[in-house]
Amino acid sequence: MLLSDVGDWHTRIARTALADPTTSRVSYTLDSSLDSVNKLEQIAEQCAERAGFDEDTIPHIAMAVREAAVNAVLHGNAYDSNKHVKASFETTSDSLIVRIADQGPGLDPDKVPDPLAPENILRGSGRGIFLIRAFMDEVNFRQLHPGTELTLIKHRTPAQSGN
Amino acid sequence: MSMKVKTRQVDGVTILDLSGRITLGEGSVTIRDAVRDVLAKGSNKILLNLGDISYIDSSGIGELVSAFTTVKNSGGELKLLNLTKKVHDLLQITKLYTVFDVKDDEATAISSFKK
Repeated sequence: MLLSDVGDWHTRIARTALADPTTSRVSYTLDSSLDSVNKLEQIAEQCAERAGFDEDTIPHIAMAVREAAVNAVLHGNAYDSNKHVKASFETTSDSLIVRIADQGPGLDPDKVPDPLAPENILRGSGRGIFLIRAFMDEVNFRQLHPGTELTLIKHRTPAQSGN
Repeated sequence: MSMKVKTRQVDGVTILDLSGRITLGEGSVTIRDAVRDVLAKGSNKILLNLGDISYIDSSGIGELVSAFTTVKNSGGELKLLNLTKKVHDLLQITKLYTVFDVKDDEATAISSFKK
């Protein structure tokens, strides 16, 4: 399925097909809804597949993106219909780079409790950031004032990038 | 695909056969309601059959943990049956595999509940 098959988007900002067929960049602005979360997960899966990641890695990337999208929609924008989530998917020669930004109060990753700590292990929430870090090679947080942008990076192997 | 629950009783144990996805907004609330219903009916021996669960996210994991603690706090037991590789790996990564009592055979799981 092509990215264009995904469905009706609130706003599509840009889609760039670069000269190298293994590289691309696509950006979206989405509502603060669970539907957006599901769509971003779906796009992540497609981008990871197109970038040549293996069948074990693709669902990990999709889950990391889903968790980042949930953070943006639920914890960042709190389902506020006046706030949006911006997302971009960029496939370069050596990486898949996903950026997801919200307009919320801001997230300090250093204040997120460790879900593996004994006192937190039976908590009913708080594992999203942990799973993102577990499944991606690099995770960066940037404060937008207001909002937070997460950058998720997964490196392609030489075979995946066609080198 | 949203999550579906089928309930059956075997030797005093309530088995919830779950299928689909356990994610925020899909299966997580369904599990919570299903477990509450079982407890409300007086049963506190619950076996969650996850063999047909295709996907679970952090919200789904959180719901499993919440269900586990809810049942345990009511004096009962909640166990997991037939984990797929994806769910198994997630429970390993989050160090929950040793928290849950995980079984891969229904008969063995049924007989492991306290009489």
